[in-house]
Amino acid sequence: MSTLDTAPSDTAPTDTARTGASPAGAAPTGSDRTGALRHRGGRVNWPLTILLAIAALTVIIPLYVTVMMSLKTPSQSADGNALSLPDPFDPSGFAEAWELTRFPVAFGVSVLVCLVTVTLTLLLSSLASYTIVRNWHRRFFRWSFVYLLAAMFLPFPVVALPQIKLTAQLGLDNPVGVAILHAMFQLSFSVLLYSAYLRSIPAELEESARIDGASTWQIFWRIILPLLGPMNATVGIFAFLASWNDFMLASLITSDPLLQTLPVVQNIFQSDFGTNYNVAFASYLMAMAPTVIVYLIAQRWVISGITQGAVKS
Amino acid sequence: MTSTDISAPSPERTPPTTRSDDSPARGRRTGGRARRSRGPRTDLIHYLFLVPALLAFTGFVVVPAAQGIFYSFTDFVGFGEWKMLGLANYRTLFSDPSILSSYSFTLAFAVVTVILTQTIALALAIALTKRVRFVSGLRTIFVIPMVVSGIVVAYVFNYLFSNTIPALATALGIGPLEESILGNPDLAWLSIVIVTSWQTVPGALLIYTAGLTSIPDELYEASSLDGASAWKQLRAITLPLISGFVLINTILGVKGYLGAYDVIVGLTGGGPGTSTRSVAMSIFSGFTGGEYAYQMANATVFFVITVLISVVQLLVVRGRNLTLA
Repeated sequence: MSTLDTAPSDTAPTDTARTGASPAGAAPTGSDRTGALRHRGGRVNWPLTILLAIAALTVIIPLYVTVMMSLKTPSQSADGNALSLPDPFDPSGFAEAWELTRFPVAFGVSVLVCLVTVTLTLLLSSLASYTIVRNWHRRFFRWSFVYLLAAMFLPFPVVALPQIKLTAQLGLDNPVGVAILHAMFQLSFSVLLYSAYLRSIPAELEESARIDGASTWQIFWRIILPLLGPMNATVGIFAFLASWNDFMLASLITSDPLLQTLPVVQNIFQSDFGTNYNVAFASYLMAMAPTVIVYLIAQRWVISGITQGAVKS
Repeated sequence: MTSTDISAPSPERTPPTTRSDDSPARGRRTGGRARRSRGPRTDLIHYLFLVPALLAFTGFVVVPAAQGIFYSFTDFVGFGEWKMLGLANYRTLFSDPSILSSYSFTLAFAVVTVILTQTIALALAIALTKRVRFVSGLRTIFVIPMVVSGIVVAYVFNYLFSNTIPALATALGIGPLEESILGNPDLAWLSIVIVTSWQTVPGALLIYTAGLTSIPDELYEASSLDGASAWKQLRAITLPLISGFVLINTILGVKGYLGAYDVIVGLTGGGPGTSTRSVAMSIFSGFTGGEYAYQMANATVFFVITVLISVVQLLVVRGRNLTLA
């Protein structure tokens, strides 16, 4: 029974598998991946569970405050008691935040920047990694690998000033320029992830396709890219999170304030002292919600993707 | 030229003229295509796969970096004429109190944050391997901070630090916290440490979880039979076996913390005064303050320091012959 539970969903299996298995003393085969989680015998450690729950509060409280503040009336949001429940509920802050931040525009710009960043990152780095790994015996490809990887040591602040100048000269001081630079800063890490993964794909897989007359491009597109599935997810998730949440690069590169991304437009609530807290928090909530929702829906892929990425690096 | 190459990352759409005069030259230089029995066409396309990434990276990152480093030896203000200054900018830099204080702040902040973050993340990761309930739910919650935008989180915490905590402290009679720590030059840095840790614990936690999962259960079972205490197991089994993960976390962490910007902007804006001004913030001031060349000298020094720290850390990894996963 517990073995059946382990397969389909993500949240339930670890707990059911462990509690279900321990009284019998036998480890169910299906819960192998929870290996490390089983190694202490005995019953549930409630004091530790409570401690962890308290630790989880440090994550929940700021999020709770954001939601509650956004639903208060302007006068209640100014009373300093962030933890209180809204009384009465007043969602009007959202409407005002929507207008003040020009939410549809900022959201659209953020989506555009993310899409371009993720597409560029996936394409450039998967193509480059594939050809690097397959031509590893050539010096040019080995050196290119080292060259691309060296960027890991080049943080944005170091190149910020010349890049601001460059993008302005090229007419790229806009969301497209931001996306290109985001992709550039993802490149090293993505190439590292892809090449580690590609080394495990045997070249024989391609040989048969080549004998059947497939071109290199077809082989890449039809065979390699699908095989890269899990890594595409990892690289894509990293690129998406970095791009969506970035403030530093976007705020410095984009010259037109109307074309700023969602995180950048939140600064209007810092300078404008006339704004009510409920409006500011409604806006913060709308800026945070997309990644949190994506994460909660796709958390299995996000967690395994980030773990894989981090361990591979 | 670079920009046209960027806009067409797929080799299919790239005009063959720009490529064909480029790639064969490289092919010759690297010894041609002798060692693999593939036709010339296949070879060319392999270069076409790599060249977009190389060109984009060179044009948008390497060339600007080189330009910037060059200008750090001039009196360039960002536009107009300039002349060579030699090392003058660097000499000024090393005696500039505001620059030195931004370095000492950034380095101290990075050290404190990395220690705090690693300790919390490791403790949480180990706790999650024990027999506790709701492991998946707790892990889901612990990871949330890493998916939200740093600047927005900083704004939320800004409110908590300047309104909620002082109000609570007043109600409970905790004197020192009645004033917002954001306005206190001696304590404001703590707020940045707290929020940065809040945001970066999840990443470290996931890496530690992966590390702990790779330790065989048998080690713990055997040592339990021998009567080893939990503390002894931690010191004798867990810590040695995940030391590689500690190092990788430290490297990733320090690199990120040295470039701290978003969270500081959202919390203190570098203040009060310049007490929490990071190196990144002072570099960016060169954009508006007419200090382009001077701040590029700063950026160059910052680059060298970042590389040195990373290299030292990597040497430690190599020296101890650690392998991961």
